[in-house]
Amino acid sequence: MASITLKINSKTYTLEADPKMPLLWAIRDLAGLTGTKYGCGIAQCGACTVHLAGSPVRSCSIPVSAVANKDITTIEGLSADNTHPVQQAWIQEQVPQCGYCQSGQIMAATALLRKTPSPTDKDIDAAMQGHICRCGTYPRIRKAIKTASQLMTQKASAK
Amino acid sequence: METKNLSRRDFMKLSSLAGAALTVGFYFPANAKEASVVTLDTAENLGIDLNAWISIDTSGKVTITNHRSEMGQGSFQSVPQIIAEELEVDLNQVNIVFAQGNNAKYGSQITGGSSTVRGTYKKLLNLSATAREMLVEAAAKKWNVSKAECYAENGHVIHKPSGKKFHYGELVAEASKLTPPTAVKLKDPKDYKILRKPMPRQDTPMKVNGTAMFGLDKKLPGMLYAVVERNPRFQGKVKSFDDTETKKVPGVKHVLAVKMSVFNTLREGVAVVADSTWAAMQGRKVLKVEWDDTGFDHVSTEQLYAKMNDDLKTKEGLSFKTKGNFAAAVEKADKKLDVVYETPYESHSCMEPVNCTAHYQDDKLEIWGPIQGPDWVQDLLSPLLDLPKEKIIVNMTFLGGGFGRKAFMDYPHEAAVISKVIKAPVQVVWTREDDTTQGPFRPGMVYQCAGGVKNGSISAFKAKLAGQDMDHQWPGAQKDSYLGSTTEGFLEPYFESIPHYSFSDVPLDVPIPVMWWRSVYASTNGFAFESFMDELAHEAGKDPLDFRRQHLGNERYQTLITKLEEVTGWKTRKKNEGYGVAITECFSSIVGEVVKVSKKADGKVKIDKVWAVMDCGWYVNPDIIRAQVEGSVIMALGAATVHATHFKDGKAVEQNFNTYKMPRIIDTPEIEVHVVDNDEKAGGVGEPGLPPFTPALTNAIFDLTGKRIRKLPFALEEV
Ligand code: FES
Ligand code: FES
Repeated sequence: MASITLKINSKTYTLEADPKMPLLWAIRDLAGLTGTKYGCGIAQCGACTVHLAGSPVRSCSIPVSAVANKDITTIEGLSADNTHPVQQAWIQEQVPQCGYCQSGQIMAATALLRKTPSPTDKDIDAAMQGHICRCGTYPRIRKAIKTASQLMTQKASAK
Repeated sequence: METKNLSRRDFMKLSSLAGAALTVGFYFPANAKEASVVTLDTAENLGIDLNAWISIDTSGKVTITNHRSEMGQGSFQSVPQIIAEELEVDLNQVNIVFAQGNNAKYGSQITGGSSTVRGTYKKLLNLSATAREMLVEAAAKKWNVSKAECYAENGHVIHKPSGKKFHYGELVAEASKLTPPTAVKLKDPKDYKILRKPMPRQDTPMKVNGTAMFGLDKKLPGMLYAVVERNPRFQGKVKSFDDTETKKVPGVKHVLAVKMSVFNTLREGVAVVADSTWAAMQGRKVLKVEWDDTGFDHVSTEQLYAKMNDDLKTKEGLSFKTKGNFAAAVEKADKKLDVVYETPYESHSCMEPVNCTAHYQDDKLEIWGPIQGPDWVQDLLSPLLDLPKEKIIVNMTFLGGGFGRKAFMDYPHEAAVISKVIKAPVQVVWTREDDTTQGPFRPGMVYQCAGGVKNGSISAFKAKLAGQDMDHQWPGAQKDSYLGSTTEGFLEPYFESIPHYSFSDVPLDVPIPVMWWRSVYASTNGFAFESFMDELAHEAGKDPLDFRRQHLGNERYQTLITKLEEVTGWKTRKKNEGYGVAITECFSSIVGEVVKVSKKADGKVKIDKVWAVMDCGWYVNPDIIRAQVEGSVIMALGAATVHATHFKDGKAVEQNFNTYKMPRIIDTPEIEVHVVDNDEKAGGVGEPGLPPFTPALTNAIFDLTGKRIRKLPFALEEV
């Protein structure tokens, strides 16, 4: 057990944890943020995706000791009121079915759009293929990413 | 009576209603076939346990109790959408609360068999129209005008001649004193404003910001986390365990042997309970358990399939349905076929692994979890834990997928037992490995299909199934009873047009637990039946779509075939494209799908497009239907081409998504879904889109390459 400081969504958490505990369980069980999901625990499904200094990572496969004091963003940090363009696009295209995989999908899509504002189908496949959706919302995820890209361009040109 | 008071208090608490309210629900009077609608007050006076469905309070807020679970299929949306239509309110005015398990109040709450809408929609329409009429009547009384001059719209009652208006909230006190009318007029579907419209789902906003509460998201004060090492061979006992190392892991609080009910056996395991999921997992890693498997066959996939194939050849089979004389008819056929199809065992692999949170204290049990049948959990646990049903409270969270798995009650039982022993609230987490290897699974099936064509149409048809019968697993089951689902997926009109047929099954008796898997037996039957139809069409030298048209002489099916032909461009398809069709029927819905395949530059087969035409009769929301069919197609694609559960030495081999692979975004073809508009009885939408995909795909591959695929799964890469 060790005392570890995590910076999640700009808030500081001081936690008592086994340094080897994966970030996922620290976020869910210790910090109590349950939007980030457990799907496989072995970096195969993407349900646990969060941003580490802006890049998408599998929180199930990173020990909490490796991310002390670094900037972590979870789905809760994207926007609580669904104003983020990716969330809006997800609502517009009615993507979620059961919804369980969607936090991870949205975090991955957000990171993709930050790097590649107008992604092609190939870009989308490459960025999203690590993410499983058992409900099969893939066709809508594809559409929603394109919609989000448009919403972001509109927002940028309105400024 | 206690339940009655409880019901009122619980409903008030659930709906957080303020002051006076109009609450109407229905109940079934003794000996009556139809439900009666009464107000909450009347119900209390008469001592009726009311189905509290709709309540409107003085602010005009409408509260609906959703008695079904939400696992992705959209019942969260469909129930309110039905109510809002006849109640004449905006969907946004409606607040939905999940009901707790109570089948005396709500009737069966099991969410399975695609039954949410088809089981209740007429009662819901009636109930909402009744509430609306009572509000109109209350307004007419207040104005002292004739009811005929008033109408309801958007949460108000309006007096047509004067334009005067009352907000529903202003009428509830008056309306709750009225006697509900016995007959109300329902809208003509063409006047629907909310029904049959692609309304956005109300649960979407909370599913895009992490606030939707799934089973694993439940937290209770003082709650501990548990993982369980269960016997990997399904049956057998814990001989002994050594927890010396486990107890040294920081955070581990308890280690205990536990049993949970799985059909006719008690599955044994050892639970490790800790203050975090991770600590419990670490403790389990160093736990040593010795199992006693005496008397249990260590089966392998090879043995299972050899046995099923052999059974088909050597055993008579239990007859389900026959007509005419198959054996004589097939002898006289112009062309004959006799082939075997194989389908694998599958894990449900819901994205949210199985889990349950339980708190047992003071002879009362409360459960939270992703549960498809809360009332079933009460039924099962009550005798097992020796608790009266009203002392078992079952709360449904959102389900991260269900597909049939979460209708099974083993995991709530296990959680309850652990909580009772450790005297603390506990969340039992199944790891992905547990979820993939422990079952219950979809049963693997082998089919013998035989038949003949004479003068261009089917003269004889036989299907003989070998595989596990789910019903044979229950305690006291009669193992010589035929499989009730032998013809599930088969189209009704074939029974008329085929003069001689025979359907039977040879049950396989092995201790692998099996359970409903999205569309149940239709998910595998459909592959055999519709592949065989295609083979017969080919033998008859007919176009596969025309061949079906010729045998399905019923308007509903003819319309569906014509629609499929139109939207797919079936008649104008090109030489280098493979087209395959399949049509199946289950849960009162008929779905036809066409798959188009072609060859990539490297000669490998790829799926270009999938079309689906869904006829589910009366329906609620076309966008939810489209989403369900898209999802069904992708789930079927996975089971057909990328994953299967194998057994070796009595254990499931595939453990996680690295070996039990899933289709990915890159594997997903374009899917176009059409919904047929008619007023037939409402059918299911969550499952019927699944069975036709696989045979449509393999039929398309045959069309393109001449290669017939009769065994699943197969790799597209290897065709
Ligand atoms: S839970 Fe981390 S990738 Fe699946
Ligand atoms: S929406 Fe259910 S797993 Fe993706």
